[in-house]
Amino acid sequence: MATKQPINDPMIDPRTGEYAVIAPGHNFKSVTQKIAGVVLTSNTPLGWFFGLVVAGGIATLVVISVTWLFLKGVGIWGVTMPGAWGFAIINFVWWIGIGHAGTLISAILLLFKQTWRNSINRFAEAMTIFAVVCAGMFPLIHVGRPWLGYWLFPYPNTMNIWPQFRSPLAWDVFAVSTYATISVVFWYIGMIPDFGTLRDRATLPLARYFYGMLSLGWRGSTRHWIRYETASLLLAGLSTPLVLSVHTVISFDFAVAALAGWHTTIFPPYFVAGAVYSGFAMVLTLAIPIRKWYHMEDLVTLRHLDNMAKVMLATGSIVGYGYGMEVFMSWYSASHWEFFMMWNRMFGPMGWAYWMLILTNLAIPLTTLWSRKLRVNVGFLFVLSFIVNIGMWFERFVIVVTSLYRDYLPSSWGTYKATKWDYMLFIGTWGLFTVLFLLFARLAPMIPMSEIRMMLPQTKITRRGPDAETVIEETT
Amino acid sequence: MPRREGTYGLLAEFNTPGELVHATEEARRAGYRRMECYTPYPVEEAAEALEFHKNRVPLVCLLGGLLGVTTAFLMETWIAVWAYPLNIAGRPLFSWPAFIIPAYEWTILFAGLSAGFGMIALNGLPQLYHPVFNAPNFRNGATTDKFFLCLEAADPKFSSVDTRAFLEQFHAVSVVEVDH
Repeated sequence: MATKQPINDPMIDPRTGEYAVIAPGHNFKSVTQKIAGVVLTSNTPLGWFFGLVVAGGIATLVVISVTWLFLKGVGIWGVTMPGAWGFAIINFVWWIGIGHAGTLISAILLLFKQTWRNSINRFAEAMTIFAVVCAGMFPLIHVGRPWLGYWLFPYPNTMNIWPQFRSPLAWDVFAVSTYATISVVFWYIGMIPDFGTLRDRATLPLARYFYGMLSLGWRGSTRHWIRYETASLLLAGLSTPLVLSVHTVISFDFAVAALAGWHTTIFPPYFVAGAVYSGFAMVLTLAIPIRKWYHMEDLVTLRHLDNMAKVMLATGSIVGYGYGMEVFMSWYSASHWEFFMMWNRMFGPMGWAYWMLILTNLAIPLTTLWSRKLRVNVGFLFVLSFIVNIGMWFERFVIVVTSLYRDYLPSSWGTYKATKWDYMLFIGTWGLFTVLFLLFARLAPMIPMSEIRMMLPQTKITRRGPDAETVIEETT
Repeated sequence: MPRREGTYGLLAEFNTPGELVHATEEARRAGYRRMECYTPYPVEEAAEALEFHKNRVPLVCLLGGLLGVTTAFLMETWIAVWAYPLNIAGRPLFSWPAFIIPAYEWTILFAGLSAGFGMIALNGLPQLYHPVFNAPNFRNGATTDKFFLCLEAADPKFSSVDTRAFLEQFHAVSVVEVDH
């Protein structure tokens, strides 16, 4: 690939012209020290405390608004007929979609042997879990009586009632709970060897005890490693269909309903692509400040940013195709209701949301991401990642609200207006997400040390051949 | 379990994975069987040198997945047909296509948990104490940048003098005796 960069840039591999995945000059010890140092240091950066205080302050909005919600009921929200689904479902779908990129990075890219993912998979997985925490809260508090949330699960009870398995909402319970469980297991198993490293490098007895317990006594035995690698690969192989199924099931919540704008077969693939799109945007939002603050530019390199931007370009194009197909089908279906829904979506009272979505989700990213110069421009990508996530939020807003507020009967038309409690809760979840992420960045290794070691040139096995003279070189 | 005392084995430390693999192959060739490598990242060649092939994680995962799909599907059928039959828009009680989705999720849930916890169990973890941790140099390198080979005293060929001489010929950084 031709490049105009100066050829003496140490970050560019002269053979391929691509940015290196890891900066040259690292060895086993240096990567370990660098990554473990962030966790084991006794002087936490002041900015971390500042971030925690600010994010914690924002997260209190969750506590306040949920307390008020439990006291008063869901009537404090803007949901009413005909817009019976509002911010809660929009935020649920938005957050869980963000989580999907984490699984995609950790599972699908592992199966495809995309080793560049190693630097970013740990915090992408953490992002998944925290996004699922934020997402899972919304349906739970939306049920009205969240203290009875366990009724969603099939369990023997004295009322002798059971869930109804023909309903997409029951499928959701299974999909999201499985997703949360498997994501946590995958994330934790990935960290066991690194906890072993932290245990061995910690100087504080408390830290040694804490990481020692978490490491389960990991000692790096080869037999353990082989089983460990198999389990990781199997979990990756299982997470891949899982991540595709989770957003598919979520799209069924809409697609199974007989409502114009929801009842379409393109929803599952288009939801999954949108999820990955917003998730990669969120990974960029997190990766860019992290690599700067913790000086990880040599481990999370421009190559990673470039590759992630390429994935966004691809998934963004699929999403664009989805929008185009929705418009086409509303015309081609020759259904009066479908046609009106699309007209109303574009030019009705809430048409601004649709054009906002087209601008932020398609017009800006899909014109700029083709340029390699912009794909490695850190500042641009950081801003773009916010733009895309705003766009993806508007996508869910458009799907949920504009399909609901003007359906079949004009006499039952209404509008939707979110209340301050809706906004408080939504903004609060950003704070909650940030608090969880900051705690993770301080207490757990953000970048998988054992996987980074595997990418170093020192892993090359040099051994003597049978005649003791020839040297056989193999790469791992 | 009898109380274990005395020497657990001899632990040789190497700087590179190549030296470790070479020493392991030679030890195997010399007739040692009770041995283990300790590395900071997975070294597949070391597993080959140990001739370790009995990996039952995939089987455990498969059994978990089969258990998951069977449990979920039978549970749904029992609930929808016998325990709590509901007429939903005139559809048959045994509307199996709808049951596939939760069954699919539970296949993944059970298979994933079996793979994860099965791996931990087959590895004998959690095991917070192990004799190799007694070696003064082990924790300094085994999880960072050093490669270890431990020839265990339980091996019939083991002798603290001869085995030490055997290990020292591979340019080990150190050879340490590890006690229980």
